[in-house]
Amino acid sequence: MSVARRFVGFNLFTACVLGVGGWYAGWFSAHAVVGPSLHFFTQVDFNELSLVLGYIGGVLGFLIGLGFFNYPFARLRGYPPSLREKETGGIGRYFSLCTDHKVVGIQYLVGIGLFFFIGGLNAMLIRTELLRPDHQVWPAGTYLTVVGIHGTMMMGMMTSGILGPFANYLIPILIGARRMAFPRIEALTFWLLMAAGVILETTIFFGGFPTGWTGYQPLGTQANPGIDCYYLFFALVGVSMTLLGLNMLATIVTMRAPGLTWTRLPIFVWGVLSTAVLMVLAAPVLIATLSMALMDRVVQTNFFVAAQGGSAYLYENLFWVFGHPEVYILALPGFAIVLEILPVFARKPLWGYRLAVGGMLGVSLLSWFVWQHHLFMSGINADLRPFYMLSTELISIPTGLTFLCGMMTLWRGQIRYSVPMLFCLAWFFNFLIGGLSGVFLSDTPSDTTTHGSFFSMAHFHYTIMGGLVFTFFAGIYYWVPKMTGFELNERLGKIHFWTMFVFFNLTFFPLFIAGFKGQPRRVVTYPHGLQFLNDWVSVSAFLLGGSLLLFLYNFVKSLVFDRIPAPADPWGSKSIEWQLPSPVPVQNFDRIPVFSSDPYGYGEVGPTAVPAGAPAGMS
Amino acid sequence: MATPASKPSAERADHGKRVLIVGAALSVVSTVLVAVLGGRFLPPGNGSVQATGQVLDNTVMLAIVTPVIAGLTVFFVYVLSQFRHRGGALVDGPPLRDDSRVRVWWLVVTSTTVLFLAGFGTYELLQNGSGGGQGPNPIAVPAGPKLPVQVIAQQWQFTYRYPTYGGLETPQLVLPANTYVELHVTSLDAIHSFWAVELGVKADANPGVDNIAFVKTNGPSTFHVRCAELCGLWHGYMFNNGRVVPEAQFTAWVKSQQRDFAPLLKYLPKYSTSYFPDPQRRAG
Repeated sequence: MSVARRFVGFNLFTACVLGVGGWYAGWFSAHAVVGPSLHFFTQVDFNELSLVLGYIGGVLGFLIGLGFFNYPFARLRGYPPSLREKETGGIGRYFSLCTDHKVVGIQYLVGIGLFFFIGGLNAMLIRTELLRPDHQVWPAGTYLTVVGIHGTMMMGMMTSGILGPFANYLIPILIGARRMAFPRIEALTFWLLMAAGVILETTIFFGGFPTGWTGYQPLGTQANPGIDCYYLFFALVGVSMTLLGLNMLATIVTMRAPGLTWTRLPIFVWGVLSTAVLMVLAAPVLIATLSMALMDRVVQTNFFVAAQGGSAYLYENLFWVFGHPEVYILALPGFAIVLEILPVFARKPLWGYRLAVGGMLGVSLLSWFVWQHHLFMSGINADLRPFYMLSTELISIPTGLTFLCGMMTLWRGQIRYSVPMLFCLAWFFNFLIGGLSGVFLSDTPSDTTTHGSFFSMAHFHYTIMGGLVFTFFAGIYYWVPKMTGFELNERLGKIHFWTMFVFFNLTFFPLFIAGFKGQPRRVVTYPHGLQFLNDWVSVSAFLLGGSLLLFLYNFVKSLVFDRIPAPADPWGSKSIEWQLPSPVPVQNFDRIPVFSSDPYGYGEVGPTAVPAGAPAGMS
Repeated sequence: MATPASKPSAERADHGKRVLIVGAALSVVSTVLVAVLGGRFLPPGNGSVQATGQVLDNTVMLAIVTPVIAGLTVFFVYVLSQFRHRGGALVDGPPLRDDSRVRVWWLVVTSTTVLFLAGFGTYELLQNGSGGGQGPNPIAVPAGPKLPVQVIAQQWQFTYRYPTYGGLETPQLVLPANTYVELHVTSLDAIHSFWAVELGVKADANPGVDNIAFVKTNGPSTFHVRCAELCGLWHGYMFNNGRVVPEAQFTAWVKSQQRDFAPLLKYLPKYSTSYFPDPQRRAG
């Protein structure tokens, strides 16, 4: 009886039931009401419309089931403002709308981890197909869908890969606040992302989609209905990103504790800030673009149909106006985590704080002026290619500042090789290779050789997997003891690191050569001469997958079975989150702390970074 | 709890010198090696003037990134081995927070490199367009007569039209040797990308757009043509081979093609820079 009662009320179970119900309600309304009335004014594709309305209804039902509409209605009926959702205790919090930023952080970690796992499995399927040049393991259409889901899942989900779990959990703590500025919106960003992930997966019921993660037109216009899942996924991710960025900006700007001036902020907060600016400004472009593409299908507009006066270039431009800031949304949190963790394990202050801040803000700003390097060969604005070449290469200056600050922080330090530090050091190697291969792609003449080949694919895997995912793991090994209160196994962590680092490089470095030899991206077949390279890559990729399974084993073993309590400050960090008990109590602080310096005062005499007696855990 | 590690000042100065000297030496050696040997293994080959140019560009790029890799490798090997923490208790490093010399030199070196790259790339690009698609109004137009050839991409094959030979359309690309060719790339449906690998040509095929690329062929050779932009189901199979043949052989080939395809030619639309097949396929 008591078990059954857990399922009653506003929670994930109700949300799933109402989500499915909402899907059918939306689907039915399209056929019965909306379609026929719209048809009065314009041409309507009923199948498309019912699918789109079905998903919109499904998402609404999902949110209703989670209880997102309870509070607005209560307020409309005159109830006073409150944060009731925070008070729900127990494991049930993690399966319902919870406004505690620490719960949302852990929800994000598990939720994103789940979809990262699915995206990774898709990568394994891709590499299985490419074991043989001519033999089709998957039919060509299935293969493209797998490629599309892999790319879209990784680019969409991992956009919030660091901001979701770590920024949500840590930003209020690092700035000395008890919560985010908009706690319900914070929860909404997470649940929207989960709904989006499920929508993307359901594309397999509607024929999949052949466009990869870029969704180029007019290929998208002629594709299976499965492409609607791609549009809706990315649009929902866009909404989630915009809200997440907005929430971060509002929190960091308005909710800092007394004494926490801009130059005393932990560098991670600056990284989140520069990322959030990009999210707020870039994601709406994506939402608009995909809405246009969806209208081309549903109500037969012609935004991107050249024969009817539209333009395929328009889509490419709009997509990359979002798409290039997007890749820095992926990269910048990685910079921030590296610069945050290095001082702790080198036991030195962060070198060149202002330079690091300037570097990240510079990347954030410059990322708006480079998008047409994705279109160097497209024939659009050929006379602007020198400009985009320059702007793309300029971005390596602020990126280089991140390198400099990190390297100088290590210089003459007392370096300890704990697992988070190993992942941060690997970031230098991976991002160096990724960045320098970008030099080839930024140079238009060289880009003629490498554009759209496996070379560019290897490049962005080095920057995104080598940059983002490695720092994502650095963050996990560094902060999960704080978030859960349990230690992660160090020995398994080191084995995970070394296998991941070695097999990551064995997987992606040969792809540069495959690209140089002329293998285009996203192909289901390739010349026989490239089989050795591709087999090598496939085998390494499987082993890389094995390494990630090892992490999963470690994660579950340490947190579910071993449950060794973590000390409050296992790393000897001076940052404020480590002065609190693990896991952090519900209200974070007994009293709001007062800051008198940045958290990097290693080896310095004078006031410590965290004022004594302020945090709850210290008293 | 922790105190700064104290080290004699003489030893302190040595660290910087050692890294700089070893880093510089390794950088110079590796860069020279790359500059000398790079051309042998870097793509795309020498099927055309543009391809040879790209080999040079790729060599220069590699020669610029090599000292960076060498220098940083030396730095990290030194730092990670020399400055590792030994013993049990936590010890703090010296609280260095800034160094204006390092900051300025770093900015000077990175900025100079970047500006050189942009300048060199722009110069190379404006020479002859370096084989890339330049859209309908190209800016880097080589002087002299050029043979126009149209590349029509459709799902999932390339066909080629020769407007100077009566709009002849063939399923394979044959080009005369030592000739400047003006490629007009367009598409009938989705976005494709025409990639003649060994010729160093890449130009996107957009519906309704005439994307122009220039290439000057060298001696007789064969080359691969691939689609480099995801264009739907059989994108992976959208490839064929092309040939560069001597002038006389090319003329003979054109004659034979005109003869073979004469019955088909009268059903083809008139030569145009872009085509809109009817009806346009739409969703649903």
